This record gives sequence, structure tokens and C-alpha cells, in this order.
Amino acid sequence: MRRQLSGAVGGILSLGAGTVGLALVLFVVVLALIGPFVRPYSPTAFVGMSFAHPSARYWLGTDVLGRDTLSRVLAGGWRILVMSIAATLLGVGTGALLGITAGYSKGVIDDAIMRTSDVLMAFPQLILALLFISLIGPKLWLVTILVGAIHAPQVARVFRGATLRVAAEDFVRHAESLGVATWRIILREILPNVTTPLMVELGLRLAYSVTLITGLSFLGFGVQPPTADWGTMINENRIGLMASPWPVLVPIILIALLTIGMNLLTDALSRAMLGRGRRVELVALDDKPDPADAGMVVAGGGTR
Amino acid sequence: MKRLIGRRLFFGVLTLFLVSVVIFAATEILPGNAARAVLGRDATPAALTAMEKRMHLDRPLTTQYAVWLGGILTGNPGTSLVNGQNVMAEVMPRVRNSFTLLVLAGIIGVPLSVLAGILAASRQAGLFDNIVSVTALGLAATPEFAVGLLTIIIFATSVFRWLPPVSLVPPGSSVFSRPEILVLPVLTLVLVIFPYLFRMMRGSMVEILQSDYVEMARLKGVGSARIIFVHALPNAVAPTIQVVGLTFAYLAGGVVLVEYVFAYPGIGQSLVYSIFARDLPVIQFEVVLLSAFYVGLNIIADIATILVTPKLRAGAWQTP
Repeated sequence: MRRQLSGAVGGILSLGAGTVGLALVLFVVVLALIGPFVRPYSPTAFVGMSFAHPSARYWLGTDVLGRDTLSRVLAGGWRILVMSIAATLLGVGTGALLGITAGYSKGVIDDAIMRTSDVLMAFPQLILALLFISLIGPKLWLVTILVGAIHAPQVARVFRGATLRVAAEDFVRHAESLGVATWRIILREILPNVTTPLMVELGLRLAYSVTLITGLSFLGFGVQPPTADWGTMINENRIGLMASPWPVLVPIILIALLTIGMNLLTDALSRAMLGRGRRVELVALDDKPDPADAGMVVAGGGTR
Repeated sequence: MKRLIGRRLFFGVLTLFLVSVVIFAATEILPGNAARAVLGRDATPAALTAMEKRMHLDRPLTTQYAVWLGGILTGNPGTSLVNGQNVMAEVMPRVRNSFTLLVLAGIIGVPLSVLAGILAASRQAGLFDNIVSVTALGLAATPEFAVGLLTIIIFATSVFRWLPPVSLVPPGSSVFSRPEILVLPVLTLVLVIFPYLFRMMRGSMVEILQSDYVEMARLKGVGSARIIFVHALPNAVAPTIQVVGLTFAYLAGGVVLVEYVFAYPGIGQSLVYSIFARDLPVIQFEVVLLSAFYVGLNIIADIATILVTPKLRAGAWQTP
């Protein structure tokens, strides 16, 4: 019995992780994208008493102001997705470009890029984001750029490591000896050979973007009321947890399913690309700075 | 080794200096005048001039920076723009409360994760390993504030009603006057740090249990408990020390969200409220403190790694 149970848990672990991850991500993404078109009520309309329990008319009950929870859940996800994707593309794009440039050019350019990213990583990232938000205000474009800026230095470090390895290969040497322009070598020779870290970084960073953006939104620094948004919903409805947990619980579960799904998917993806048994952590750990290099500050929360 | 540590300390102080410059410079790019932001749009020119003088805005930037940094270093970061209170007196009790939270989470969370890591590694792919590994995977992927709210829903409001959902303490009194409010925030922080420490400990333990010297001990007939705790553990702990440091440094940001979830009277909650109130001196001071905590823990983690790594301890790294 004990062995059977253990085998079953192990089986779910090894076989279906990627499939489960893909299913979770698809479920949340589809719900968030078609939600605004199928919601039963307007997400800002007052339809009943506050914190009403689920009923035939309001499947998930109502929220703090008596608005339909289901409608607000369906309408409140797409902005998070759009902002997360934009922040991730911005952060991974900038980071990859800087990292490859640093790794390929070496010397002064390398030093300038990597020391700057070390300084940026020396800040507690969420705190730095909060500082800028406190000065400029809770603008959605600002939150997106800040989250992208949080990713960039860490991504740059991963890509620098990957580039150093590729740049030592014969085909790069060959291209160099033929006098191919540097930007051409970077685009045609190096970029196609760092797609594995690119895919893994995109997946991990997307999950982290969702965490940061919903977190900031929960603190009140994202989408502003009365617009429906999962992070904002959690914040405005938590005073009514005793009366009705649904307007808080449902957005939390959807956010968690999304981030868990992305992690599972990325993990499976990296395993498939790197070969059996190697885990995604290896990609990051390979490029961890030697702590002996005292000029470098190891990024906190690098596992995230 | 001393040179290595000295170098690390020097760069740590340099980082802190850069952090302070960035925080100060960021405040300077504030659109509009800080005095106007405080007084509002209807302020008279005379009041504005007086406020600018009070905030030292009429002096050159370098002087402003020196005055600001000097105030922080001498423990006099100014007065709150909201209630006129001394910032130090406002912030310090909150720092104590946050510190209490972190220390309790560390005392409970670190041994728990290390022990779970050892157990999981000693019976790889067993029932315990599989269940805890899956749980850790889920926890690591779930945002901190979601973990916190789920503990509230489970233990305070909807499933059980054992504990208070928010940390209400009368102003001025210690959080220990109502110790039950500490349970859920500490539990949340433990759940947040658990996955990283557990994975790290499990990983390094698995590696060492496969090494030749452990195999040798096993062949000589040493008991498995003795192998794990006497032979393997000392070598598996070293890489975990740095992860402990980095995990707590990461909490400099995480604690903001967790405290806000529980309305816990710590520095993180205060930072969020100060941002809403645009209380610049308080924001600056709290950001400096949290950044210093982060940079400081990073330095300590690196130095601890230097001390526990024989190659670095001997200074071999310095001869390239």
C-alpha cells in the first residue's frame, strides 16, 4: 500500500509534470482571454448585497461592493497576462542582448555591462520597484518597465555564461577568421546556439513576472479600482474573508495555478532540451559567480 | 583569506554607498518640487520657500545629499511629513517587530528544511521524498502573498477559526503582548523559505551520499544514522549556508508583502502606507534600511562561504 502510494506520487512527478503544467497554463490563459466576452454581468455593476454567498444567480457570490465575483474574475485576468508578457519580453530581450554582447566582446565592454548589472542586483528588487512607484505613481507602464528591469541583470548573467561557451567553438573562430562582422556573428552564430537558456529564461521569468505584477497589484500599485483585476480583487475583498472567502480565494487559486503551471512547463521543457535527468537549476548554477570573486554580489532570490 | 574577506567587505561598503546615491537621486527626479508635493497645489509662495528651506531644497544637490546621509548615519533621519514625528522613533519599533518575525521564521524554518532535506535524501523517491518534493515545488511557485492569504483562509476565517487573521496590537505595545498574532506570519515566512532550503539541502545530501567515502563507510558497516549525521552532514551543510543567507536577503522584499497581508506592524507594512501618504523621509529611511539588510546578508553569506570552503580558506584562489 505504502509502496503503491509512493509509486503513484512518483509517477505523477516524472511522467505528467510537463503535461499538467501545460494544462494549468492553458486553463488560466483561456479563462483570462475569453472571460471578458462571456462574463454574465458588468464587472463594475452593483448587482446585490455585499459578500453574498454563491447562488444560482451569482455563482461565486458577490464582492465587497456587491458586484458579481464571477464576472470580475473573468474580466480581471487579461491585463496581468499582457503586462507579464510585455515585462518578460522586455527583460529577457534586454538581458539576453547585454549578456551576449558582454560574453562575446569581453574586455572593457564586458566589465562595464557586468559591473553595472552587479550593482543593480545588489538592490532588493521589490524595494527598488516600490521606491520608483512611490515617486512616479502607480502607472501600469511603469510597473511593466520596472519588472522588466528587475529581470534584465539576472538574465544577462545567464547569457554571458552561455555565450562564453559558444564563443570558444570552432565555427565561431572560423567565422571570425573570415572577417564576418561582429553583429553578424552574434546574430547568426551565437544566438541560434543559446536558444535553450533563452526558452528556459522566458518560462521562468514569465512566472516571476506574474508573481511580481500580481504582488504589486495586491499592494495597490497596479490596476486601480474600480477596474477588475485579480491582484486588486484580493486586496479589496480580504476584509470580508469571514463573510465570504470566494472573491479572495478564486483569484489566488488562478494566480497560483498559473505560476505553478509555468514552473512545471519550464522544468519539463528544460529537461527535454538538456537531456534526461538534468534540471533547470543547472543552467542557472553553471553561471553563478564564484563567491570568491569579491567584486560580484550574488543575486538574492536567484532561485526565483 | 583575510584579503579575500577584506575585498568583499570593501565592495559591500561601496555597494551600500551606491545604493544610497541611487535612493537619493531617485528622489530628486520626482516630477515637481518636493515641497509642493508635501504642501499641495494651493500653497502660498512664502510657505513654499519656508518648506524648501526646512527640507534643505535651496542648497546644492551634493550638500543636500551630505545632509541627508549624515542624518541617517547619525541616527537622525528627520521628521515624518505626515505627523511630524521623529522618523527614527516611528520606524525603530517596527524594525524590531519585523526582526522578531524573521528571527522566528529562521529558528523554525532552517532546522525544519534541513531535516526534511536530509530525510528526503536518505530515502530518495520514497513516499516522504515525493510528497515533500511536490509540496516544495508548489510552494516555490506560489506568490508569497497568496501563501499568506491561504493560511488566513485555512486557519483564521473559513476552515478553522483558531487564530486572528490580522495582527492588531495597541499602538506602542510589543507584538509579544499578543503572541498568537505571530503564528500565521511566521508560518507564512517558513513556508516561503522552506522550498529553497529543502531543495538545496536535499541536492547536496544526495550528491554526498553517492560519494566514494560514504560508500566506503557503508562497506565498513557504519550504521546509516551515523553515516548521515557524522560523515555526510558536515559536508552537505556548507553549500546550504549561502542559500540560507540569500533566502533571508530575499525576504527584505518578501516581508513587505507578508506584513501587508497580515497588517503586521513591521517596516514592510509601514513602507507601503508611507508610499500611499508620500511620506518621503520615512520612505527613504526604510528603503535604506531594507537595502542595507539585503546587502549586509549578501556579504555575510559570501564570507561564510569563504570560511567553509577549504579552497578559499587557504587562499588558493588568489594565485591564478
